Amino acid sequence: MKAAGINPTADALIRVQGVNKTFLLGDEPVHALNNIGLSIQAGEYLSVMGPSGSGKSTLLNMLGLLDVPDNGQYWLNGADTVPMSEEQRAVYRRRHIGFVFQSYHLIPRLSASENIELPLILAGIAPAERKRRLAPVIERLGLGSRAGHLPNQLSGGQRQRVAIGRAIIMKPRLLLADEPTGNLDSQSGAEVVQLLEELNADGITLIVVTHDADLGRRASRRIRMVDGVIVSDDCTHYSGSESRTDQSDAP
Amino acid sequence: MIRTRDQLNFSIRALLRQRFRTLMQLIAMSIGVLAVVLLTGLGEGARQYVLGEFSVLGKDILIMLPGRKETSGGMPPMTGEGTRDITLQDAQSLLRLPEVERIAPLVVGNAEISRGARSRETLVLGTNNAFFDIRHIQLARGQILPDLPLDQPSPVCVIGTTLKQELFAAEPALGQWVGIDTYRCRVIGILTDSGTGLGMNMSEALIMPVASSMQLFNTEGVFRVMIDVRSAMGMGVLSRQIEDIMRERHDGQLDVTLITPDSLLKAFDSILSVLTFAIAGIGAISLFVAGVLIMNMTLITVSQRTAEIGLLKALGASSREVRQLFVTEAVMLSLFGALLGTLLAEMLLWLVRMQYPDIPFAAPLWATAAATAIAVGCGFLFSWIPASRAAQMAPVTALQHQNGK
Ligand SMILES: Nc1ncnc2c1ncn2[C@@H]1O[C@H](COP(=O)(O)OP(=O)(O)OP(=O)(O)O)[C@@H](O)[C@H]1O
Ligand SMILES: [Mg+2]
Repeated sequence: MKAAGINPTADALIRVQGVNKTFLLGDEPVHALNNIGLSIQAGEYLSVMGPSGSGKSTLLNMLGLLDVPDNGQYWLNGADTVPMSEEQRAVYRRRHIGFVFQSYHLIPRLSASENIELPLILAGIAPAERKRRLAPVIERLGLGSRAGHLPNQLSGGQRQRVAIGRAIIMKPRLLLADEPTGNLDSQSGAEVVQLLEELNADGITLIVVTHDADLGRRASRRIRMVDGVIVSDDCTHYSGSESRTDQSDAP
Repeated sequence: MIRTRDQLNFSIRALLRQRFRTLMQLIAMSIGVLAVVLLTGLGEGARQYVLGEFSVLGKDILIMLPGRKETSGGMPPMTGEGTRDITLQDAQSLLRLPEVERIAPLVVGNAEISRGARSRETLVLGTNNAFFDIRHIQLARGQILPDLPLDQPSPVCVIGTTLKQELFAAEPALGQWVGIDTYRCRVIGILTDSGTGLGMNMSEALIMPVASSMQLFNTEGVFRVMIDVRSAMGMGVLSRQIEDIMRERHDGQLDVTLITPDSLLKAFDSILSVLTFAIAGIGAISLFVAGVLIMNMTLITVSQRTAEIGLLKALGASSREVRQLFVTEAVMLSLFGALLGTLLAEMLLWLVRMQYPDIPFAAPLWATAAATAIAVGCGFLFSWIPASRAAQMAPVTALQHQNGK
């Protein structure tokens, strides 16, 4: 159900309101997300930065439907996701969301191209169609000659590119990357960033969590978190977005 | 929804990847199935052997023997003692009953058979020509006993192959005379090789007309009367009619026992069936153990592959699909194990058959099917529990499993 009159930007790709998430660390409750409100338009390029433990990954997992908030509301693509069942969320993840992780999360027994193909297989797409969709992606990733290699035969940068290929093979609208360059040297890190930005230029909504200030600065919209709170939400180049900021202009 | 072929492919790759685990489970499963199939094969072979021995008699045969013990079921008495003989006239009188098709009296004894310098002590059967048909005895050459009135002796005999070999070696035996103690008779037929049944080895026997054998052994009574009945139905009624006749002929006293091969057979059969089932049960226990092993291995796999589960979920696999992947793996493994075990068992049974060609050692289909079903069932059931646990895990938790390492 769409709640009428909450927000004029009803066509936003992502709309989060009053979201909280608390973890119990021993006996101590940790407020990983504290009354988060956020609205993201399709096609935006966001970076999320902040000190370790500030809730960046928790936010990203929540946006990626890998985790559910304790309370609050989250509309993705116009659908209220909080009341969804786990099975429904799985369908949404499959159709709308691509993930890139710091540690790649490739399946070691599958080759590069098979790893990229995996979402298509899980979606039950016929082999011929899979092949048709696979070819341009492998081409684009520049993995042509390495497509048949196992992950442990690839460099870190190549592995992350495989992971990106897997994230976009279903043509999702939202690409979430949690420290995608965290395990990479600066050279391959730059290549990965370039690839992600190209995808964003093609229209995909990109959200990158990073500790790398240079990388963070490249995004057109920069969010800073401290202790589960969004402390700044900087929007420069991008004009179509609406910023909702709790506190403006933190350093 | 993931395609079946892709799912199988995915599972096979996973199995190949974890070779040690796969091998262990395969061995466990195949030993379980091997045990069931092999043991029931042996048990069933023994049972079939015994049944085969009895079935030589045929289903619609009644056997009458002298003497009576009040038995409440179970094995009938095998020896007659202290009662009146069954005479040839008694046997003949049974033919009055319309349901009785043929009868074959049987006199059994040992005698010294001689021919020239060679001689040998052996089994002598006195009977008539119906006996050959009732017992399905076949001749290699010559002819069976002539169709004579029961009380008419005749100096002819039919001999088994071993006896023929011992007395005549390679020389022709048909038409030749042999001595039986003080008696002489001419060989008119030679039995084929396959002549065992009910513990009598026909290949060493000499068969002669019943009247002649009674003279030879100087007896008035027969050892058994085999009664060939027109139809196996109404066996009970017929038994009572025969008992009536015998009572009448023996001054109102019932001093014969009637047995059906069926009743003997049933006694043996039930014993052997219990044995086979017990044996199969032992095999089933080993299958169960194999199932538990599969469960442990699946548990280990699941915790080893928690991050993979998280990833699959992040890529949009539902809990059901994740569970399916793991269950498919386990079921496939069980199926391969069952196949391997069955093959091995069949091979061993084949070797045993080579060794003992007389006994039809072969696993019945139900045992193979049941073993396979139990194997697959165990694989299914025992992987379901850990796989469900894996599937229920929240995607983040599963993903962080590796991150936390
Ligand atoms: N599953 C969990 N159980 C308990 N506490 C958790 C769990 N996940 C996160 N937390 C806690 O929530 C807080 C936010 O964690 P999160 O991983 O989102 O931080 P982060 O900003 O991504 O940090 P980093 O930059 O180190 O990755 C932390 O204090 C963390 O300890
Ligand atoms: Mg993090």
